[in-house]
Amino acid sequence: MSSVLRATGLNKTFAAGGMFRAIGADKKAVVDLSFDLQAGQTLAIVGESGSGKSTVARMAMQLLAADSGEIFWGDEEVTHLSGSALRSRRRHIQMVFQDPFASLNPRMKIWESVAEGLKVHQPSLSRGQRRDAVAAVLNQCGLDEGGMDRYPHQFSGGQRQRIGIARALIVEPKVLVLDEPVSALDVSVQAQILNLLNDIQKDRGLSYLFISHDLSVVRHIADHVAVMFAGHVVEQGAVADVFGNCRHPYTDALLKARPIAHPDERSPVDTLAATDEGVAESGCPFRNRCTVAQSDCAGFDARLNAQGFACLHPLNITTDE
Amino acid sequence: MNERCSILLERGRRIGHTAAMLEVRNLSLSVSIQGNRVEAVSGVSLQLEPGRVLGLVGESGCGKSLTAQAILRLGEFQGVEKSSGDILLDGESLFEMSDEQLRRTRGGHVAMVFQEPMTALNPVFSIGSQIIEVIRLHLDLSKQQARQRAIDLLNDVGMQNTEQLLKQYPDSLSGGMRQRVLIAMAMAADPDYIIADEPTTALDVSVQKRIIALLLNLQKKRGLGLLLVTHDFGLVAEMCDDVAVMYAGQIVESGPVKEIFDHPSHPYTRALMGCRPEVSQSGGSLPVIGGQVPPPGRWPTGCHFAPRCALADASCAAPVATDAWHEGRHTARCVHGEAR
Ligand SMILES: Nc1ncnc2c1ncn2[C@@H]1O[C@H](COP(=O)(O)OP(=O)(O)O)[C@@H](O)[C@H]1O
Ligand SMILES: Nc1ncnc2c1ncn2[C@@H]1O[C@H](COP(=O)(O)OP(=O)(O)O)[C@@H](O)[C@H]1O
Ligand code: SF4
Ligand code: SF4
Ligand SMILES: [Mg+2]
Ligand SMILES: [Mg+2]
Repeated sequence: MSSVLRATGLNKTFAAGGMFRAIGADKKAVVDLSFDLQAGQTLAIVGESGSGKSTVARMAMQLLAADSGEIFWGDEEVTHLSGSALRSRRRHIQMVFQDPFASLNPRMKIWESVAEGLKVHQPSLSRGQRRDAVAAVLNQCGLDEGGMDRYPHQFSGGQRQRIGIARALIVEPKVLVLDEPVSALDVSVQAQILNLLNDIQKDRGLSYLFISHDLSVVRHIADHVAVMFAGHVVEQGAVADVFGNCRHPYTDALLKARPIAHPDERSPVDTLAATDEGVAESGCPFRNRCTVAQSDCAGFDARLNAQGFACLHPLNITTDE
Repeated sequence: MNERCSILLERGRRIGHTAAMLEVRNLSLSVSIQGNRVEAVSGVSLQLEPGRVLGLVGESGCGKSLTAQAILRLGEFQGVEKSSGDILLDGESLFEMSDEQLRRTRGGHVAMVFQEPMTALNPVFSIGSQIIEVIRLHLDLSKQQARQRAIDLLNDVGMQNTEQLLKQYPDSLSGGMRQRVLIAMAMAADPDYIIADEPTTALDVSVQKRIIALLLNLQKKRGLGLLLVTHDFGLVAEMCDDVAVMYAGQIVESGPVKEIFDHPSHPYTRALMGCRPEVSQSGGSLPVIGGQVPPPGRWPTGCHFAPRCALADASCAAPVATDAWHEGRHTARCVHGEAR
């Protein structure tokens, strides 16, 4: 297997602004983060909102410059590409967003939106050739090409997400960065889009960097998963390992938050606390919310160990370790 | 009399007078599409009881929000009209209430929690001023008493530093925090019923779980009747006692939650349950429901689900009764309801 997109030691801090300027607290959005996306595979980044997932996506796309760290495309370091070198690289890595409506220009016909990438990357194509290419990619995404002269508002949420995917695919990229692509969809439509993404991956050998807050979705679609909390990757590994034998208490909390399949699985209602926030400023960032925290966690520099988790008191310890 | 006493007394009075039931009876609603009136909700009946949670579940566009909003007669502002049926609170028709009675009912007896907490909160007013306004609209309290009640309510929904929170503005809160504030506002006048329209859809799964726990806690502690509107059977599994499945304007299956999960009897219910990633095995394809929900005006004359149904045959071409299949309280609008 070969690496298609790799990042090492990415950091991003946003300067204090708006209402936080007075307090002067800069926001560490991503801390010393590395990942390695293999050809034809799906790497999921999972975590709650504000954990830094979209910031990673934007750095991977090079829409946002990292403060430090490197990005590799195969063997080539591309961290500091700019201008035409960056533009030609963009062809290989395309993005799909959560809100398909916000990412389509409401005044452009569908075919024009989908063809935009072709204008940049294959400027020699005639209008007719562009329309043919759009029809083909819409068909692959399960849309009738007859709708290509309509406007975005004439499509449902699921259809618009198909259009968003078609738009990314038309330049024949090798990598798709998908930022919460099914989070805004009904479960029934979500299933259709997940199947479509699976089919396209098989068909084209694409690699996905798939961002989500939903572990059920991740379990279904991904090969590898990186769990993020407050800018840190706290656990990573193959989906089967992380889900079957998770080590980090935050991963465990996320797993327990998965929707249940049947009313018989209900657990007694107890958790009332609004622990939506509570990131610790020093030591293990999760320690304010961690149910197994001990005093030494206050001095723990949360870094992934060789086994792929960042915790002093991991769960599921087996005797052979 | 102190404020807590007066609220308890008012609540006692309300609970005392009847076993308050909220009933949607054979309700049909029409909307205006390109100048034509078309039916969008067709003969829907629902019964909410104190202390119980009823789930109204279906894909987007099935008419769930129209139905939920009709319970507070909110849709009328957007050109929604009732063509038949009734909504009864304690046996009294909402459509025969005076404006003053209706105003007292909205928020007072029946309160609503919406999907998007940001649009339901006004960004230019502090959290405190918005909650206090709602409290004083329904309860005869001084400003100081209302402020104390606001603090109590925010504590009840699990918020911390509530004195400080009153001075904050909505955009300084996370999505989950905003939803808690909205739930506190819905509880302001100690309603008997809460209508929650996709209350967790815009939230992370872990925040979702905590909001679910909060709603269930309040519901149990106060004996609330809760109507939960959702597209997600996962939420139904977590929260509901009873379920009504809605498809293209109609209730297609209803009954106690366990029976619905153990013996889903309408093909649509089975399909909607089956496409959830948490019930399928990982990898491979998820089961899907081909096609789309037909919009109002494009419903088939027979079974509305027929164009998407694998079991459809000639007997499905005529209209199907709500209880074409039934077993006790469990009903399904399907001529092949027994086929499992
Ligand atoms: N442009 C920006 N300026 C300031 N802060 C930002 C900016 N973008 C993101 N952040 C902050 O960085 C953190 C991570 O954000 P984000 O990557 O969007 O998280 P996620 O996608 O996991 O919800 C959040 O606290 C967010 O408020
Ligand atoms: N005020 C309105 N005017 C016209 N059509 C409407 C109106 N409200 C809803 N509809 C249509 O009625 C159908 C049901 O809508 P809704 O009740 O919002 O569905 P759900 O909540 O189940 O997603 C949809 O096709 C929607 O477009
Ligand atoms: S290091 Fe300590 S606080 Fe952090 S997750 Fe592990 S046990 Fe919990
Ligand atoms: S009545 Fe016929 S078409 Fe309708 S759900 Fe039942 S089997 Fe399917
Ligand atoms: Mg994001
Ligand atoms: Mg709705």
